[in-house]
Amino acid sequence: MPLINSPAELEALRKDILSKRDPNKPCITLCAGSACLASGSGDVAESITEEIKKQGLTDQVDIRRTGCHGFCERGPIVIIHPEEICYFNIESKDVPEIISETIKEHKVVERLLYTDPGTNEKIVHESDIPFYKYQERIVFGSNSKIDPKSIEDYLAIGGYAALSKALTGMTAEQVVGEVKKANLRGRGGGGFPAGVKWEGSRNAPGDIKYVIVNADEGDPGAYMDRSLLEGNPHAVLEGLTIGAYAVGAHEGYIYVRQEYPLAVVNVMMAIAKAEELGLLGKNILGSGFDFTVTVHQGAGAFVCGESTALMTALEGRAGEPRPKYIRSNIVGLWGRPSVLNNVETWANVPLIINKGADWFTQLGTESSKGTKIFSLVGKITNTGLVEVPMGTPLRDIIFKIGGGIPGGKKFKAVQTGGPSGGCIPEEMLDLPVGFDELTRAGSMMGSGGMIVMDEDTCMVDVARYFLDFLTDESCGKCVPCREGMRQMLKILTNITQGKGKEGDIELLEGLAETAMEAALCALGKSSPNPFLSTLKYFRDEYEAHVKDKRCPALSCKELISYYIDPAKCQACMTCLKKCPAEAIVGGKNQIHVVDQEKCTKCGTCFEVCPPRFRSVTKISGEPVPPPLPMEERTIVRKGKEK
Amino acid sequence: MSEITLQIDGKEIVATEGMTLLEAAQKEGITIPTLCYHKELEPFGGCRLCTVEIESRGSKRLVVSCVYPVEKNLIVRTRSEKVDRIRKMILQLLLAHAPDAFDLQGLAEEYGADRNCFEKEPSFCIHCGLCVRYCNEVKKANAIGFVDRGIRKEISFIPAIAAKECWDCKECFPLCPTEALQAAFVLTKALASFDTAGE
Repeated sequence: MPLINSPAELEALRKDILSKRDPNKPCITLCAGSACLASGSGDVAESITEEIKKQGLTDQVDIRRTGCHGFCERGPIVIIHPEEICYFNIESKDVPEIISETIKEHKVVERLLYTDPGTNEKIVHESDIPFYKYQERIVFGSNSKIDPKSIEDYLAIGGYAALSKALTGMTAEQVVGEVKKANLRGRGGGGFPAGVKWEGSRNAPGDIKYVIVNADEGDPGAYMDRSLLEGNPHAVLEGLTIGAYAVGAHEGYIYVRQEYPLAVVNVMMAIAKAEELGLLGKNILGSGFDFTVTVHQGAGAFVCGESTALMTALEGRAGEPRPKYIRSNIVGLWGRPSVLNNVETWANVPLIINKGADWFTQLGTESSKGTKIFSLVGKITNTGLVEVPMGTPLRDIIFKIGGGIPGGKKFKAVQTGGPSGGCIPEEMLDLPVGFDELTRAGSMMGSGGMIVMDEDTCMVDVARYFLDFLTDESCGKCVPCREGMRQMLKILTNITQGKGKEGDIELLEGLAETAMEAALCALGKSSPNPFLSTLKYFRDEYEAHVKDKRCPALSCKELISYYIDPAKCQACMTCLKKCPAEAIVGGKNQIHVVDQEKCTKCGTCFEVCPPRFRSVTKISGEPVPPPLPMEERTIVRKGKEK
Repeated sequence: MSEITLQIDGKEIVATEGMTLLEAAQKEGITIPTLCYHKELEPFGGCRLCTVEIESRGSKRLVVSCVYPVEKNLIVRTRSEKVDRIRKMILQLLLAHAPDAFDLQGLAEEYGADRNCFEKEPSFCIHCGLCVRYCNEVKKANAIGFVDRGIRKEISFIPAIAAKECWDCKECFPLCPTEALQAAFVLTKALASFDTAGE
């Protein structure tokens, strides 16, 4: 394609692309994000191509492999356009029927549709499915419309119009002003207003400035930045280029974890295509503005998501945070003013420029504007990525969109903000999500992780789990983080193992204070959050572990025993056969008994005991009743007596 | 460089722009405890023992004085209930690794730190980085460095460099706040591995 030299040429190209596209031509889109690739999207894509050829439909049907749609629980997802018929959990064997029925005959294949678990109704369109219906997908929505490897697809949905508008119709100050007015706050964790950060860099002395994308997403269970970068890399690039123009930077970096290979490939391809068209490089759109982007692959350290550690790593040194009390937008990468924002923040920028700050601020709460993408995982029916306006109550996200807790279990808490976030209990479910709202509740927005927990989750163990993660990821530079977490983890582990002592909780509180007040970076300062928030809302669980050696959630292995209720056991032999430790004594017509000495507490017996008997129970904090004497164990079955 | 007036422990102090709070305090003879600070080296901000309380425009917070630059009209308190509590905790954390280190014992007494607060985990090294940074910044030899991260982090001499540079230098030994013999041990270990590996 020829170089684009002006906004008019960009619009001409867009028109040309659109004119070649027939909106009524059948098109099969298939999501090819990392999650769906793992569940077989690659094979499905091959089958679609083959089957179309086989049924003689080549040239009559378009195929588009798009980015992540977010409903990963039900992937791979196929959508048939123009009717927008949605099929879920597609396997290769479903493809011939889709082609012959839906493409050829325009008939819906009922069995592949989404079934509403509440009403048992079949739903044809994505927008009618509760998971999508309550979302507001202003940022994430484009993922399902485009092939991330095609710049034409991005241009077809209006891509790079914001860049064109900014470069040729706005001054750099106006761009900064618009982003400030939109009150776009950093989606990566800190929630710092992006416009203020940009302004600081713009006004900082120096000719060389940098803009950086933080794609070092490392929270366990979080993958919204990955999906955006994989699924819509041009949106991130466009936002970054606009930011560079606003700040006065001519070089940009994308710091992406190497564990995101598809994101790396897609963003590199996007850069190459944008350079080819002159949307990156020298004299972009004839505006005289030059900007180049380099991709840097991170080596897999969680702390490198922290801004100063990221910059230190970019400089080629060990990724440790800087001790300086100077903002990196003034003194950052190589000592120069550097604006670092995360993937989602950058992806919001083109929207703000295109539609204006007034449009953007219509969405959200007083202090948190726009939308936020959350990664909804854990004990939740609809696992996936959801984008909602700021201010949406947690209850709506978990129950309306997420479909509630599976298996008839009760909701217990939702952990937000990644490993250094906090747990929010049921009584606070009406809390609207927003930066300040979550912080006030003792948690944080973080980058948008949301892990749902049910009644079987032990909150002390949750704190231990996250502390374990953070201890492993601490860079080890400062004492409150390195040594403080080492001790916190030891104490929490002891508590979950029934070795908790009087005074442990107070000692943990002291360690938490030291880390919060004296640690070097945000990772260290926020590291006690998993403990503090669980203590705040679930103190009784801590006390039960320490004082009564009891785990109220019946989850901590060392504090529970499995016990077969002799009144309920029907001697079905299921648990006896499945027990890997051969710890169940019994036989035909002989009530089963768990040999507590041999039991490894793996929980197999509990899981396999038929629901109609439910004779295996968990006991904590009290002694296991003594086993029935041998002579009383025989079951006499009335019906079978001769 | 302009002069900056601030207050440390109730005393009006004139400092030079660019100075850290620690330097300004030391100039006036006000003691702030440190472990990883060395006047010839870049501030490291690792031990956090020099944490002080600052007050500016009515809001208080804790910062480390070896890194924080002097600011006009800043009010600094080198001791407060909270500062002392945090120093005590930091010392207790370090005493788990080096309970008999003289420097730590003196400070432990001053801040009431209990060396038995945490289970012992002998390592002697408290990761102050003085040896590593001195070798890098002053000697420019880079014969010793940190390896691994977090709680697995340790200091280690690089055998090939150490075999050439260290034998006649050893200037890092006396810098060690816990025990110079610790450094000697780590060095010998490195040299032994070099001997085995051969030239």
